[in-house]
Amino acid sequence: MIKVRIPTPLRPMTGGKNEVEITGNSVAEIIENLGSTHPGIKERICDEQGEVRRFINIYVNEEDIRFLTGKETPLKDGDEMSIIPAIAGGT
Amino acid sequence: MTKKMQSLVCRECGKEYPTQDIHVCELCFGPLEVKYDYAAIKKEITREKILAGPKSLWRYIDLLPVEGTNYIGEHAGFTPLVHAKNLGAFLGLDHLYIKNDCVNHPTLSFKDRVVAIALTRARELGFETVACASTGNLANSVSAHAASAGMKCYVFIPGDLEAAKVLGNLIYRPNVIEIEGNYDDVNRLCSEIAGERHWAFVNINIRPYYAEGSKTLAFETAEQLGWHAPDQVVVPMASGSLLTKIWKGLKEFEKVGILDSVSTKINGAQAEGCSPIATAYREGRDFFKPVKPNTIAKSLAIGNPADGYYALKTVAESHGAMDAVTDDEIVESIKLLAQTEGIFAETAGGVTIGVLRKLVKQGLIRKDEVTVAYITGNGLKTQEAVVNSVGRPTRIQPSLKHFTQTFGIEEST
Repeated sequence: MIKVRIPTPLRPMTGGKNEVEITGNSVAEIIENLGSTHPGIKERICDEQGEVRRFINIYVNEEDIRFLTGKETPLKDGDEMSIIPAIAGGT
Repeated sequence: MTKKMQSLVCRECGKEYPTQDIHVCELCFGPLEVKYDYAAIKKEITREKILAGPKSLWRYIDLLPVEGTNYIGEHAGFTPLVHAKNLGAFLGLDHLYIKNDCVNHPTLSFKDRVVAIALTRARELGFETVACASTGNLANSVSAHAASAGMKCYVFIPGDLEAAKVLGNLIYRPNVIEIEGNYDDVNRLCSEIAGERHWAFVNINIRPYYAEGSKTLAFETAEQLGWHAPDQVVVPMASGSLLTKIWKGLKEFEKVGILDSVSTKINGAQAEGCSPIATAYREGRDFFKPVKPNTIAKSLAIGNPADGYYALKTVAESHGAMDAVTDDEIVESIKLLAQTEGIFAETAGGVTIGVLRKLVKQGLIRKDEVTVAYITGNGLKTQEAVVNSVGRPTRIQPSLKHFTQTFGIEEST
């Protein structure tokens, strides 16, 4: 199982939960499976082309997936994934 | 006057929200921005009214996102615009100006502007605790303003900051949390904490208000140039927010009739060791690739810049340019500014001056153009960057003989 941390704007779709457990072997699979257990959530994370939206960052074990292998980043039991709005911080 | 702030609106999809402590669109995750009633503001704002206002950024209250007048940071802003004749002569520019936020009140960086707005708004929204993710200057400013406003304070900083930027928090006694990681790690963690605590994170859930404070740099510049927009500006970029807000401020002044016309070219400056936005510009992309920062310009060391996309758009729209400089060029430029204009800037200032030099050399900034370089922080906070390249004092005995032996006898004129 992979622990997925859910940002505030998506919590209405997880019954208010800030963390859900999902099975999957890659980031893409997790997003897909998250979409079947929580209908509508995938469309919010990904755009019409199926790519992660410009203003969302995804982290696996605290590392940005753009430094790993993007949506194909492999996951194993016990890994943690965070979905975080990109707009924050800065000068 | 009717309410000047109408709503928060998503920059991407246009969905509107009440003016509360939210910063991203729940539909598309786009950034929320304050929507103003410009028609109402235009009736209210005049040059005379601004001139009669306080000698601080609050003179532009009609275009700032707060409702009342119970200000925190009453003295922020209205810093000098220095006509840099010596540096201008060196670079071959007739009308070079330095907007000197090294001397902002109370913590010597432009962050005193955004924090004044953010904390005033946070208190209006009922918050008692303020927080931020910071590369140093922001944390200093939040800590100082929280102390004076009697608010609880948590500042989160990366583990490798300059000593003065760490001390510059501790002295005000906030909770200082040093993260084992870089700014992007700090920012990610704070985004998660912001979802769990009812705190005013100035650059997260208060960001739509906070970021607007940067517009005052543009307002002041125009006023100090005698109600003219400059031809060219050079702005340091970390997240890219400041650059977009300087453009926004100038365009707002045009919209409400304070300026006749604005055709300023907005130029962005980064350090080579952390230049995701300038690299995207160079490669002609409208999206950036995040990087792991490695530069002495720690205040600009944001590898995953939130406003990178909009900074690229702003520069394209205004026909400006972007460039980056090496750490050596940063140090040289800090020294050049100090030795020509008597202004000791921090590393970000070295980035700005370094890129200004490059743009002049490339012919992108011409001799006759009114050019403003934004110096956003004070060199005394980043002494580590220059300590090994400025020499040592000449040490002598307290005797006239020794002095004369060292410096010779004054030649008669």
